[in-house]
Amino acid sequence: MESTGIIVAFWVLAAVTVAGALGVIVSRDLLHAIFFLILSFLGMAGLFITLSADFIAVAQVLIYAGAISVLLVFAVMLTPLVSRDNGNSLYVAPGALAGLGLAALVVFVAVDTEWAQLSGDALAARSFPDTVATIGDLLLGRYVLAFEVASILLLFALLGAIVLVHERRADAAAGAADTPANREEAA
Amino acid sequence: MSSDVKSRPATPMLREILEQPTLLGGIRSTPLPVRLGLAVFALGFLVVNVAIGVLVVSGRLDGHWYDFRDLGNATAALRSWLDDRDLGPWLSYWVTALIGGVGILSFVGGVLLIGTWVERRLLAKFQIRRGPNRVGPFGLLQPLADALKLIQKEVLIPIGADRKLFFLPPILIFIPAMLGWGPVPWAPNMAYLDVNVGLLYVVAISSLAVLAIFIAGWSSNNHYALLGAMRTVAMMVSYEIPVSLSLLSVVLFTGSLQLSEIVAWQSTHNTWLAMILPFSLFTFFFSSTAEINRTPNDIAEAESEIVAGFHTEYSGMKAGLFLAVELGNALLVGALVSTFFLGGYSLFGLEEWIPPYLILFAKISAVYFLFVWLRGTLPRFRLDQLMGYAWKFLIPLSIAFVGISAVEASIFARVDAPGLIVLGAIGIVNVVLTFVLVRAWARVVGYEVPRGEDTRPTLTTAVGGLRAAQRLRVTP
Repeated sequence: MESTGIIVAFWVLAAVTVAGALGVIVSRDLLHAIFFLILSFLGMAGLFITLSADFIAVAQVLIYAGAISVLLVFAVMLTPLVSRDNGNSLYVAPGALAGLGLAALVVFVAVDTEWAQLSGDALAARSFPDTVATIGDLLLGRYVLAFEVASILLLFALLGAIVLVHERRADAAAGAADTPANREEAA
Repeated sequence: MSSDVKSRPATPMLREILEQPTLLGGIRSTPLPVRLGLAVFALGFLVVNVAIGVLVVSGRLDGHWYDFRDLGNATAALRSWLDDRDLGPWLSYWVTALIGGVGILSFVGGVLLIGTWVERRLLAKFQIRRGPNRVGPFGLLQPLADALKLIQKEVLIPIGADRKLFFLPPILIFIPAMLGWGPVPWAPNMAYLDVNVGLLYVVAISSLAVLAIFIAGWSSNNHYALLGAMRTVAMMVSYEIPVSLSLLSVVLFTGSLQLSEIVAWQSTHNTWLAMILPFSLFTFFFSSTAEINRTPNDIAEAESEIVAGFHTEYSGMKAGLFLAVELGNALLVGALVSTFFLGGYSLFGLEEWIPPYLILFAKISAVYFLFVWLRGTLPRFRLDQLMGYAWKFLIPLSIAFVGISAVEASIFARVDAPGLIVLGAIGIVNVVLTFVLVRAWARVVGYEVPRGEDTRPTLTTAVGGLRAAQRLRVTP
């Protein structure tokens, strides 16, 4: 943990992450903001790798950089007035409040942690099991209830999306009457 | 029929093909000295191979640095030699990392150079024409000529393009195409990045390519480019799910996310996962063609509809880079299909004799040939057809097969019988289940072509395929 390589990696990744996060706020173009956000996500994934949490790192890339960002892009593309300036907004004050709250939480955790037990020789003495197997065991063992609740929530979200966009029979019939062939015949 | 054609060739091209020398005729017409020289060469080749075979069997090679069957041995020896010199751990780390990286880069680069020629020649064969055959012997230097031409071209930036973002995509799109090669095992000790989450890593990396494509389409300030980018994004969202589901079955059987372990499992059980999980193989292959923009799923850059899709506005070598990455991705998918489903570097014990990386390369080439074959054979899907196929057909069936393979994997783990028998039984059951479920689900969704009716396409004004035409004819 004390080798120079990992320290350099930490500072570079931290710089990328913070710069990406700043870019999200500063950039005026909504799509630029999304790309900065992805940069920040990737920096976070790198930080997870330096903590030898490889599963979390890959999940971060897969879910945040790969999937969530695509959803954001989709949302932006389907929004009218997307090229509008991403300037001032009514939500600045609540956003700043929420950010301050999160920062306070992180600072509290950082101050409250017993770092002496988590660094140096104490860290070297600890064993780090395979994270994938451990996470799998915990998800399907100790935290199986939370796991199932989350999966049921996602299932409901999926079904809700289908119900929202589902074409009713009456609508379908009305739409079918408006095909080009029918229109030609009517003409 | 053939004699009829011979007597009266229909076209000049056909006549030319018929006049081409056959293999036997070619051998007969070569002069005797050349034939003797070739025979001596073949004999020497055989002797060298027998000598290598004797060396391999005697076990004198095992684990030494000159064990050419596994280049990982050489780097391991180099690493230990560097460690003995006590130059600090960073040196051996950097040296081995560089060797692996340069190895992968040079392999992919070399195959990219020859790959365009191979693809164009094969496509030409499928379409009964010659293909590039002017530059160099057999047209082999054609890719170099193309690259030179592309480099000379003017760099165009469209008015209104997002200049900062416009330069990024040709570089960005190379990163996932290269990183994806990391965890692929070429031999037991020859994987660059053998992480224990290799499978997830591959899926995660491949999901990043869509961002580069989207930036390209967005920053071009061109409707066709944006349409292509939107299609790519929509397709990625749809087809990542079947890819993950099909790989889930693989993980259920092998019990590991590490690519080398997956290959080792197939090697120890003397089986290919393709035999046990045929539907997963099909799903992975088809969805991958969608993710990497190969025909029949290349709607993101459908030339006949939207010029060139997301790279419409790129000129010169930038467009060339996009095309090169497309080819590189096809090779990468070939490597992944071989690793997950076709036994990777193993070939039923033959990997002790033949260098495993050559076996893997042969498998990659076979899958790549299949890609070219599909490109030469199949027409392009429509966007809504492709989406519907993913959501209505591939995903429900994939979920069903994940459940089935979960049951089978737990049976396999508990039954106390020879592995090959159990796996064979599971494979037969799965093949039958694949047929039954695909037919049943196709009937439910309504994809099945009705029997006993005239299915010839008819000219209609309505948009749609065969079934629309039929419906129109039934109810005029």
